[in-house]
Amino acid sequence: MRAFDYTRPGAVDAAIATHARANSAYLAGGTTLLDLAKINIMQPDQVVDINGLGLDRIERLKDGRVQVGALVTNTALARHELIETHYPVLSQALLSGASTQLRNKATTAGNVMQRVRCPYFRDGTSPCNKRDPGSGCAAIGGVNRETFAVLGTSDQCIAAHPSDMCVAMAAIGATVSVMGPNGPRDIPFDAFHLLPGTSPAREHALEPDELITHVTLDAPPGGARSGYLKLRDRASYQFALASCAAQLSVEGGVIRAPRIALGGVATKPWRATDAERMLDGKVPSRALFEQAASAAFNGATAYEHNAFKIPLGRHAIIAELGALTGLETMQEVS
Amino acid sequence: MTEHFDPGTQQDETASTSRRHFLKTVGASGVAAASVPLWGPAAQARAADDPPPRSDAPRQGLSRIRLNINGHLHTVDIAPQMVLLDVLRNESGLTGTKKGCDHGQCGACTVLVNGQAINSCLSLAISHQTDEITTIEGLEHNGELHPVQAAFWEHDAFQCGYCTSGQIMSAVALLNDKQMGESDAAVREAMSGNICRCGAYRNILAAVQDARQVMKGGA
Repeated sequence: MRAFDYTRPGAVDAAIATHARANSAYLAGGTTLLDLAKINIMQPDQVVDINGLGLDRIERLKDGRVQVGALVTNTALARHELIETHYPVLSQALLSGASTQLRNKATTAGNVMQRVRCPYFRDGTSPCNKRDPGSGCAAIGGVNRETFAVLGTSDQCIAAHPSDMCVAMAAIGATVSVMGPNGPRDIPFDAFHLLPGTSPAREHALEPDELITHVTLDAPPGGARSGYLKLRDRASYQFALASCAAQLSVEGGVIRAPRIALGGVATKPWRATDAERMLDGKVPSRALFEQAASAAFNGATAYEHNAFKIPLGRHAIIAELGALTGLETMQEVS
Repeated sequence: MTEHFDPGTQQDETASTSRRHFLKTVGASGVAAASVPLWGPAAQARAADDPPPRSDAPRQGLSRIRLNINGHLHTVDIAPQMVLLDVLRNESGLTGTKKGCDHGQCGACTVLVNGQAINSCLSLAISHQTDEITTIEGLEHNGELHPVQAAFWEHDAFQCGYCTSGQIMSAVALLNDKQMGESDAAVREAMSGNICRCGAYRNILAAVQDARQVMKGGA
């Protein structure tokens, strides 16, 4: 690994000021940063360790929302009573991601900031507009199966966002609180991750030197139930081919406040708002779920090796909606 | 280098560790003898590269830190980018922790930090100055193998052995974790971050479940 300087500030302001003095990276759990620093994809001259900032608490706010500190580990978040009770989708998504060792180290903010798993991004030599803007995209026309998207792609980049946690947060609804040289601000979760468009190198809404301090989860509506279904090449320790996070309630026999987000199939944690609108106020049925699932993939673009993700993703939605509403949907689906 | 050894961590009395110590010693001097004369310029350069005595300041660019490893304080001079795995192996002489993929994908480097299993290849050593670190060398107690070590031995839970220390550390962490499920499926899931290229998973699972019973029995 290339040499870098290391500092461990004791306050957020100091961390931001230190970060601004050099080509820097914030160090939370380090499972992405050190991985990519070892292969020169990330090359900070200075690492600012933010583990001394006290951002490792989970609190329920008076308005019912739950505020999660940036440094809460994936393990701690998944196991927290508030999360297990009110946001099972988040707990399930976290526990479906990575390995025990990585979850013990990886943090909430670090997970939000994790980089794509595109092998052409990681190899350091192939054309990649994310790593080397303007160089092209080796994945388009290359091998583009497991870690590639069918939604939100552009002719510049088709890498799927790799997070499970973020898919759950997109379904729940959340706010990313950041602190920067110009003070604090809040970013809606849906607006945090950016589509690749014509500038795949810009992945998120953070301004230079800004630091995520918290992610605050929306309060779930009364009676809400939620869950996460992840489909992958092996049963554990594998990125999603397609996943579905869903939260809804059923009142008087009809679906209320449905929230659906998809993982593994899109370039950012993907809200399926068209599907949500179709479900709202309707009586649960398999036919309804199939319609909603189809709507979720309207406009999808299949590439050479990942066309299977479109039906797979639809099935993930149908199965998860079935699980949440008590309908049997796991039989053959069209 | 040797001044950084804490004699308290060296348990070279058993046949197997004596053999390992022998191989390490002969291996190191053998390389030196094969490459350069001991009195040659390269040997002097090598000596100059060694960390200065503790009474001196660390070399430029290095930080002197103390790590609590297996209950013993180790003083090491390290560069900020050095990961815990490399410091354990290269600076503290604790080579039981293995380097596999070096990217958090294989689990061979698993150690416990404050009781939790982590990949030591993806963690800066300098960030662990207030932590309790446990490596495979720290599991035995007064010459007695930890129940998980004994169970791996009993169940032949390895072939080449390269992943074994990481497997054992993950198993110890999960057996000490009351929130982890006890089913075979839960064990497989909890240990999916430890890859065994020889495919000894069946015996590893049997060893972990056997060790669970031994540990419940108050061993």
